[in-house]
Amino acid sequence: MPNRTDWLVALPVLIPALAAAFGAALHGRPRAQRLLTLFSAALLLAAALLLLAAVADGTVLASQMGDWPAPFGITLVADRLAAAMVLITAIMYAATAVYAFADRGAMAEEALWHPLLAALVFGVASAFLAGDLFNLYVWFEVMLISSFGLLVLGGGREQLDAALTYGLLNLVATTVFLIAVGMLYGLTGTLNLADMALRVPGVPNQGAVAAVAFLLMAAFAAKAAVFPLFFWLPASYHTAIAPVAAIFAALLTKVGVYALIRLFTLVFPASQGWVGPLMWFIAAGTMLVGVLGAAAHWEVRRILSFHIISQIGYMIVGLAIATPLAIAGSVFYILHHIIVKANLFLIAGAMQRIGGSFSLARLGGLWRRDPWLGLLFAVPALSLAGLPPLSGFWAKLLVVQSGFAASYWWLAGIALATGLLTLYSMLKIWLEAFWKEPPEDAPEAAPLSRRERLLLFGPVVSLGLITLAIGLWAEPLAAFALAAGEQLSTRQEYIRAVLGGGGTTP
Amino acid sequence: MKDSLILRASAGYVLVAAVVFSLFVLLRGHNEPGGGFIGGLIGALGFVSYGLARGAAATRRALRLAPIAWAGIGLALAAASGLPALLWHGEAFLTHQWLSGTPLGTTLVFDLGVYLVVLGFGLTFVLPFLEE
Amino acid sequence: MEILLALLFGVLLAAAVYLLLARSVLRIIIGLLLLSNAANIAIIGAGRVLGTAPPLVAPGAEALAASASNPLPQALVLTAIVISFGLTAFFLVLAYAIWRSEATLDGEALRLAEPPLLPSTDPALAAQAEPAAQGRGSALPEREGA
Repeated sequence: MPNRTDWLVALPVLIPALAAAFGAALHGRPRAQRLLTLFSAALLLAAALLLLAAVADGTVLASQMGDWPAPFGITLVADRLAAAMVLITAIMYAATAVYAFADRGAMAEEALWHPLLAALVFGVASAFLAGDLFNLYVWFEVMLISSFGLLVLGGGREQLDAALTYGLLNLVATTVFLIAVGMLYGLTGTLNLADMALRVPGVPNQGAVAAVAFLLMAAFAAKAAVFPLFFWLPASYHTAIAPVAAIFAALLTKVGVYALIRLFTLVFPASQGWVGPLMWFIAAGTMLVGVLGAAAHWEVRRILSFHIISQIGYMIVGLAIATPLAIAGSVFYILHHIIVKANLFLIAGAMQRIGGSFSLARLGGLWRRDPWLGLLFAVPALSLAGLPPLSGFWAKLLVVQSGFAASYWWLAGIALATGLLTLYSMLKIWLEAFWKEPPEDAPEAAPLSRRERLLLFGPVVSLGLITLAIGLWAEPLAAFALAAGEQLSTRQEYIRAVLGGGGTTP
Repeated sequence: MKDSLILRASAGYVLVAAVVFSLFVLLRGHNEPGGGFIGGLIGALGFVSYGLARGAAATRRALRLAPIAWAGIGLALAAASGLPALLWHGEAFLTHQWLSGTPLGTTLVFDLGVYLVVLGFGLTFVLPFLEE
Repeated sequence: MEILLALLFGVLLAAAVYLLLARSVLRIIIGLLLLSNAANIAIIGAGRVLGTAPPLVAPGAEALAASASNPLPQALVLTAIVISFGLTAFFLVLAYAIWRSEATLDGEALRLAEPPLLPSTDPALAAQAEPAAQGRGSALPEREGA
């Protein structure tokens, strides 16, 4: 008799793993690979929905891999946040997979594109479900290795340089993570996150715990591309082909943010006095540097890359304030941001296909050439800036509201100012690419065929509709985010689900 | 190096010996040092030495499938080895099952998967160099 | 023993940082290798080096002997070694591809993704500074001056 919990938690790991495996085994059979990718994306979407439905009422599902009991074996855990992240990963998988069918770069190296994409999703979805620290490290590496492969797809010269910068800095970050894992194991004698949460307060040498927590924060901060450690992101994302840039922008940094939230709510809750102030500093710096960096650039993808950084700042605000309301704000913001940012990168790819360039100086007159594209751009762009009635408005509202509620006035002020500057960047793209007369040296671009148009715009329209739906009907998602924030702050259910009834004393 | 008669003549035997030895290491890994990872490396080395002697094209022919496809098959085997527990026994993913009374079980399937993944990925990285 | 491991960790880390700051890509890769080895040493050291016997349960016994070493750090290090093996292989292939394409491994000369003129407040200047490929990303772009 199959066990429902074990199935639900294992499927989001198993489906992309098998998709990557069969995708590689079908090397040289493009039709089969395409069908496989579509099929597994649909399957993952269904599995993620089932998982979310199972945890929506607040239960935490835990499955012990290989039947090794909890603090010793590998545990997969799904709570509200993890399940929501898995669902959004599945949405991104489907959207980029469909979009890529019309992308020349992805189709030129199709034999590699399909398995690499599945491997990336495999790493990301599993990282969200990881219940122990070393396992999380392994998923980070799975994600990293497949992202290297994806980043160099297309074979451009600048991609080699980008892969070098991206790879080296990320690898240093994961190695720092690994060192911290080893030290935390030395201090607590466990790798299981729930068990660790119980044991950390009892460690005699709290100074060493603080040092390790700082190492972990630095490693995840580099992964999340926050303020002092963001350099690799604007150096690499703009070189990737459009669907790759979109899925990178959607998922990679968010795994870092997720790890920060998980670690600093579960294992090192606000008890560490220095965490809060350091997080304010990081959050404020990230928001400002990102948005100002974007203001200085004139290439669509570079602007969008810098906006990823500034938006990460909003997610860190929640961790800095660390009230359940603030963490709920972070959760809402992550979910909204993934959809919007991926959509903007997909649209940037479409702008290049229709207008012939990514450079604002060479683009122009897109509004006349393709009004639909302008409309599709306006939805995520205005949502990113936080205008009502789009999803970004509610996300920013929750974050700013939690800032005011905990009387972090200046942090809320910076968040609002960043919103205004974001609007400036989005208007810049709008005015230069869509509104302005096309320049004389505007490149020629071949018109899109009907099929290409359908494949490029289908995912864009779907993601835009999700943004609109969240904006117009924000109540369920806000309630869900609040419940997730509450669940993350109380920790009890998570620990009980992983360790069973006996998990009260170390 | 392709011009060495000795190397070329012995390449086939070396390949067979390396693959047999790698399979021995793979099976030995059940209770003693060894296993899929080391076995896969030894197997990959056998194919690389074959490639040094006869060229990359001959190695690809000897492999039958693209190296990345072998890696895919290996990953599929490793993932599938965790399924019987979920499907028939109501146990967690990757809980290994045994043929009653024998050391044969799903762990062997998992290890064989690791073997193929290592072999496949190793050759995926090395063969392009031999093609220069 | 732990003192020795800690010292070795420090030396490896220092050497790794020194190499990572170099301009040559090859030195950076060697630095990464040293860094991952430093991490492995850290795990072994932090996992307490107590036992002298291999962590195998003797036939008939129920648990490990008291003199057995801790198997978990060894398993972690084994995993980490495999991962760093794969990543180093990737980086070597990447460095080789860069060498073939650009005929240099000097980090200062590799400013393809971030041209020195960027960011610029002038859109026309910024457009000129952009890589010639214009992010086409579908085929190998033409090499300038090659």
